[in-house]
Amino acid sequence: MGQKVQRVEDDRLVRGAGRYVDDVAPDALHAAVLRSPHAHARIISIDVDAVLDVEGVHAVWTYEDLEGAMAEPLPLLIPHPTLTHGRTQYALAKDEVNHVGEAIAFVVADDRYVAEDALARIVVDYEPLPAVVGIESARSGDRLVHDDVPGNVAASMEQSNGDAPAAIAGAPHRLSLDLHIERSACMPMEGRGVVARWDPDQGRLQVWSSTQTSTGVRAAVAAKLGLDLGQVDVITPDVGGGFGVKIVHPWPEELLVPLAAQRLGRPVKFTEDRREHFISAAHERSQVHHVEVGFDDDGRVLGLDVRFWHDHGAYTPYGLIVPIITSTQLLGPYKPGAYRVRFDSLYTNTVIVTPYRGAGRPQGCFVMERTMDAIAAELGKDRADVRAANFIQPDEFPYEHGLIFQDGRDLTYDSGDYPAMLDKIKELVDWDGFESFRAAKAAEGKRVGLGLACYVEGTGVGPYEGAHINIETSGKVKVATGLTSQGQGHQTAFAQIVADELGVRFENVEITTGDTRRMPYAVGTFASRAAVMSGSAIHLAAKRTKEKALRIAAEALEADIDDLEIVDGVVSVKGTDTSIPLGTVAVLSNPLRYAFDEASKAATQFSVGDPGKPPVAEDDEPGLEGKDFYSPPRSTFASGMHAVIVETDAETAEIRILKYAVVHDCGHLINPMIVEGQIHGGVAQGVGGALYERMAYDESGQLLNASFMDFLMPYVTEVPTSIEIDHLETPSPLNPLGIKGAGEAGVIPGSAAIAAAIEDAERAVLPGFGITAMPISPSELFALRAAHTPRDAQESK
Amino acid sequence: MSETTHDIRLKVNGTDHDVAVPARRLLSDALRHDLGLTGTHVGCEHGVCGACTVLVDGQPMRSCLMFAVSAAGHDITTVEGLARPDGELGPVQQAFRECHGLQCGFCTPGFLTTITAGIAENPDPTEDEARDMIAGNLCRCTGYQNIVKAVCRAAELARPAQDSRSEVVQ
Repeated sequence: MGQKVQRVEDDRLVRGAGRYVDDVAPDALHAAVLRSPHAHARIISIDVDAVLDVEGVHAVWTYEDLEGAMAEPLPLLIPHPTLTHGRTQYALAKDEVNHVGEAIAFVVADDRYVAEDALARIVVDYEPLPAVVGIESARSGDRLVHDDVPGNVAASMEQSNGDAPAAIAGAPHRLSLDLHIERSACMPMEGRGVVARWDPDQGRLQVWSSTQTSTGVRAAVAAKLGLDLGQVDVITPDVGGGFGVKIVHPWPEELLVPLAAQRLGRPVKFTEDRREHFISAAHERSQVHHVEVGFDDDGRVLGLDVRFWHDHGAYTPYGLIVPIITSTQLLGPYKPGAYRVRFDSLYTNTVIVTPYRGAGRPQGCFVMERTMDAIAAELGKDRADVRAANFIQPDEFPYEHGLIFQDGRDLTYDSGDYPAMLDKIKELVDWDGFESFRAAKAAEGKRVGLGLACYVEGTGVGPYEGAHINIETSGKVKVATGLTSQGQGHQTAFAQIVADELGVRFENVEITTGDTRRMPYAVGTFASRAAVMSGSAIHLAAKRTKEKALRIAAEALEADIDDLEIVDGVVSVKGTDTSIPLGTVAVLSNPLRYAFDEASKAATQFSVGDPGKPPVAEDDEPGLEGKDFYSPPRSTFASGMHAVIVETDAETAEIRILKYAVVHDCGHLINPMIVEGQIHGGVAQGVGGALYERMAYDESGQLLNASFMDFLMPYVTEVPTSIEIDHLETPSPLNPLGIKGAGEAGVIPGSAAIAAAIEDAERAVLPGFGITAMPISPSELFALRAAHTPRDAQESK
Repeated sequence: MSETTHDIRLKVNGTDHDVAVPARRLLSDALRHDLGLTGTHVGCEHGVCGACTVLVDGQPMRSCLMFAVSAAGHDITTVEGLARPDGELGPVQQAFRECHGLQCGFCTPGFLTTITAGIAENPDPTEDEARDMIAGNLCRCTGYQNIVKAVCRAAELARPAQDSRSEVVQ
């Protein structure tokens, strides 16, 4: 552990020998889905007659063709007592559609071209209804997304610790802010995809899905198709990125494709195209926030009262996870005297909203950090000093916030050192030297600004993950864990953990993820949890395997267990040349009647064992295997701080990032190369969210920029030319490896830090200039400048 | 109404393949589904992301914007054709591995082909030139930091190989 080991995944991936879901089952039929062109409409009738003539079409289904559980709404995955009006869609729309892109009909054909020809022949008669688009429209309640949901409110939730309104009323200083973050989306390079094969001989279904949870898909498919869990295998092959969207399950296609495979007796495949991904997968981020804060002369927050409105789109399959995370993780590294948060989760006629990397934290961080900057401006204090005045101190851990986190557990931070981290980020970005840098740039006629943002991220949420390790007689170590991989390098990082604990060569460890045949108990890959959860489970399973190996080896070598060590896959008596390879220990672990090769002769009945005892002891089992599960009491809290320097063009308002610095604490690092790669990717997505990406819906609910031409994800030309990273390692006391999650970290403070830097750059010229909404484009910055009057500046003083 | 097909010969990675394809079949689909060369990935189907980039007569082309019938008679190189003749990784592949230039690997084949053509044209790119070289390809995982490094490293790895090859020829 701790080494920059090169990834074992890469050899096959750079050769084009990866196996993504569209690469498997070349003989499969192809499915395509007819999607609603309307944001809100009643379906009067659907005529599929013209499709029946199309050669090469094998099936065409509408809602009428679904039966039993398939005809019921899709599951509401994460119920919550305050989610009083949760709604989910049908696999194929029944009577009504609630967003552009909602699935209406499903066609299976020889190939995708023919399937799309068939879709074009389906005639749907719609009665368009008024659409609810945007938070303002949803809040007004003039129009309803669902007739039976008054005010478009699915849930209203409140949490508090202390009496925030009273604390604010009694505070020497008070401010209020209105802050807004726009919609973006995960946009993995590979969209959704699913392949299914029904084996009539065995009565078994095999499903391949580009998912973040193979066990979740398995349970959902079995339930919806009326199969026993044991009849369904779900395999997650290589996945071309997830970033959250692929944790949602079951997608309509994840049920329709297996059903088609079963009904048609042929393998069936669905591969989402990019436009479909924009209009029928998931988005995130859109929230409007109102903050009331009261603070003392040092900038210490005495009371913080936040009210926000969350746009969750047309349905609520993933419950309230995103707004719950915003409402709790907003607190970051700070300890306000009193805190109250209230939110409404609102329906709109747009694509569903479910976690996207960061999952509500970028919004929370933006709100808190904008508030910190506003306090500093109000008091004329250094922005870093105001933050430091509010930090939870290193001796206050575990720190209880008195709130309930997204996992239903207490929001209790396990460890961290925020003052040390602040020192590091200030040094990395040269905080104290910035004013002279600014002056030098100003002399050249350039505007530069510096921004800082801090966050804390609850990672490694439960309930559990497991691992199974099997040492084969060849000495090879086969490891299975149930959660999936989308490019995080699990095969490498997990092999490092096994090699360390077991004393075997890294090259001899093979990791399988996301295959329910190998590990049927698992949760999934989200919330920066894979390293913490599966890493810990694998560590524990390796310990068990090692204990067994040593026990058998001690017997074989007639040595004391305490005198043994395992190095490079060989068990030896320390300081002697008495040894036995683990492969041979594996042979001995499995008493045989029949030999199948030279090595296995050693384990046959006339070769080993005490004839007076059972060959397998009562409390033992054959095989050199170990299995264990890791289930922590609660999440572990990683943290970080980003500082960014931007230049804003005085004329064109173009925004350029000059420097991007990251200090990051995810406890002990398993593979620093992989962690830094995760940070790089997160920062790029943070930059995208801050400066470029937004879902542009018009008032009728059409997504105007549903393509990579129009939705602007960063190319290399849009990301900082270098990202400076420093690590702090405060180990988590909650898991055996002392690790915390790292996957989402890089993206969380992006909008907050960049907004602060732009504001700082502008304020040098336009006193009182403020940024309250992100993302921001050059034309928006230009307009903000134009709208900024000296009166604004006066008022802000 | 059976769809009319055209018999064409596609030369991919030095091997000829005879296939019958409808006129509308995209080169990306022909490579992936007719020839089974699934290393070429499709990320957007409108020529923006660059994941499907292949080399056509040495030039990077978006295979999702090209019909298979138009590729007949041309020399096509896909990611599967980038390894060295002895099976070892080619310089760009090797550089991506060394520099951690990939995470999920989905966009990677398009970067590898693009950079292969790029360093053939500019064997010693500066960092800025490396950025220009990959400025038409999207990656959602890496933030491009290590891909830029990999371009420079690939050029470095390719140079001695080219030198020694030319020595052999001489």
